[in-house]
Amino acid sequence: MLKQFADYLVFTLFSLQPSSRSGEALDFFIYDTLKIFLLLTVIIFVVAIIRSSFPPERTKRLLSHKREYVGNILAALLGIVTPFCSCSAVPLFIGFVESGVPLGVTFSFLISSPMVNEVALIMLWGLFGWKLALIYIGTGLLVAIVAGIVIGKLKMERYVQDYVWEMQVGNCEITVMTFREKLDYAREYTLGLLQKIWPYVVVGVGLGAFIHGYVPADFLVKWAGRDNPFAVPVAVALGVPLYSNAAGVIPIVQALMEKGMAIGTVLAFMMAVTALSLPEAIILKNVLKTRLLATFFGIVATAIVIVGYLFNAIL
Amino acid sequence: MKIEVLGTGCAKCKTLYDAVQSAVKEKGSEAEVVKVEEISKIMKYGVMSTPALVIDGKVIFSGKTATSAEIQRLL
Repeated sequence: MLKQFADYLVFTLFSLQPSSRSGEALDFFIYDTLKIFLLLTVIIFVVAIIRSSFPPERTKRLLSHKREYVGNILAALLGIVTPFCSCSAVPLFIGFVESGVPLGVTFSFLISSPMVNEVALIMLWGLFGWKLALIYIGTGLLVAIVAGIVIGKLKMERYVQDYVWEMQVGNCEITVMTFREKLDYAREYTLGLLQKIWPYVVVGVGLGAFIHGYVPADFLVKWAGRDNPFAVPVAVALGVPLYSNAAGVIPIVQALMEKGMAIGTVLAFMMAVTALSLPEAIILKNVLKTRLLATFFGIVATAIVIVGYLFNAIL
Repeated sequence: MKIEVLGTGCAKCKTLYDAVQSAVKEKGSEAEVVKVEEISKIMKYGVMSTPALVIDGKVIFSGKTATSAEIQRLL
């Protein structure tokens, strides 16, 4: 139905030729923008309702004194449903470690939570299909679990800033929201998020549509195809400064994939965009000493690069 | 009455602080409004997601903002 609407708008109202480049690009832009905003509104709302039942205080209790492996798996899964904003990373980290959540388990949560987020998943689902979205969830969880286990095994507790261990943490009651409050929360959350990301979506889809219509097919095969061994690490390095713009980056990446970027490279790039960010590193510097921070980035980046090579090899 | 807005300085924390101030003003309340930014004080309340609203030492909610009208009902 959206497709018909976009076709009608572009080819009938604007009377552009379906075979023309401008017509094709505009049709693609309108259709994708409508689809993405519809998906974003509905799914963010549903996710917000689910999330209102998982305040971080509850997640903390569920993870407290959990052993490694079981704890890491649980933490990565809870990372999907617990609302997380990097601005709360410091109180969250302190709350976790102070209440006896092991360091490696805490990291599994910190990696999964921003990486497996609803905006990235909706964009992947809407533009690449549900299969790629599922692969992204699966590999994202795996990266979070494995990286957390490795950090746990390295026994780096002494590289947490000293004051963290001396902090007095109170116990606050878990506030239970009524259904009415949950709806209000979800509405506010959805509107707030849409307000924040809509320009990125429009610009991203616009650039994607431009690439779709104007860049020749196979343009990127040589540089970003599966035969270039440097494509994956370069994609990961480029993804770090693009933090939090998953909404704008995914449409561009989709267009790049059409022009020959390999699937593993696409996945690795996406994960680097969502999981590794400079602002988050700066915030985490408040609770982690440089050595642990660097280890965390190094391990996650390595895991993502491995995922990239793996999917380039098997798909 | 003492109202504390807990937050380490994110955009939402400022939104909540402004909403609380306008709520107090509109209701003509005598409440004292304080912005708490030190992490040690925030952690004492056990709050893990900011912003959070504390009235007379009790955490009312955390991890979200509220409108001035909603806050007025709490005063």
